[in-house]
Amino acid sequence: MKKLAIIATKGTLDWAYPPYILASTAAALGYEVQIFFTFYGLQLVRKDTSCLKVSPLGNPGMPMKMPFGPKWFRDINWNIPNVIQANIPGFESLATALMKQTIANNGVATIPDLRELCVEAEVKFLACQMTVELFGFEHSDFIDGLDFVGAASFFEFAGESDICLYI
Amino acid sequence: MNFDKELDASGLNCPLPILRTKKALAELTAGQVLKVIATDPGSVKDMQAFAKQTGNELLSSAEEGGKYQFFMKKK
Repeated sequence: MKKLAIIATKGTLDWAYPPYILASTAAALGYEVQIFFTFYGLQLVRKDTSCLKVSPLGNPGMPMKMPFGPKWFRDINWNIPNVIQANIPGFESLATALMKQTIANNGVATIPDLRELCVEAEVKFLACQMTVELFGFEHSDFIDGLDFVGAASFFEFAGESDICLYI
Repeated sequence: MNFDKELDASGLNCPLPILRTKKALAELTAGQVLKVIATDPGSVKDMQAFAKQTGNELLSSAEEGGKYQFFMKKK
């Protein structure tokens, strides 16, 4: 059986997708998969996923398009200067709400759904114990089934993996 | 073409059509055929790749009116 090891280090809604999409797909293809969640990546395994947001601030790669209205309106890319984005309270929450609507419009799975699909496919989740303490989390903040370990435990699997991704 | 089970993955985007296909195949026995309908254009190449890597046989792949239709025989 081929093995895929992923290190998930980012804690935003956009960066939650690559590890879960790749892990669930690999599992469907017959891979044995482990994801090591460390630093901000810990946000991806919290019970409450509402902490996952996306920020267009300082992110020139992110199109700002509206998920509603006629096609000509949806096609407009709203180039809002960073200085304005940074000064509007709740801008990040607004962008996140728009992104979630876009995700739904495009038949893309939600993060809780993708995560559940990974669990069903027996993807193993490891969480970095050091970062849990560093950030002041409790084990009860996270979904069940996590192994709280250190880097050495990850290498036990990663060292024998066919593919290892740092995300 | 005869089939034993049908999966409608219309409107779903990557990787859901593949994940649903995998799940649907698990409910079949070896030699049975699954029909999959999808609207994700990426699924054409992905179904081929899925078949190649899992050993299930992609019997046919066709497009009609913006919908893709696949017949997959379980290994």
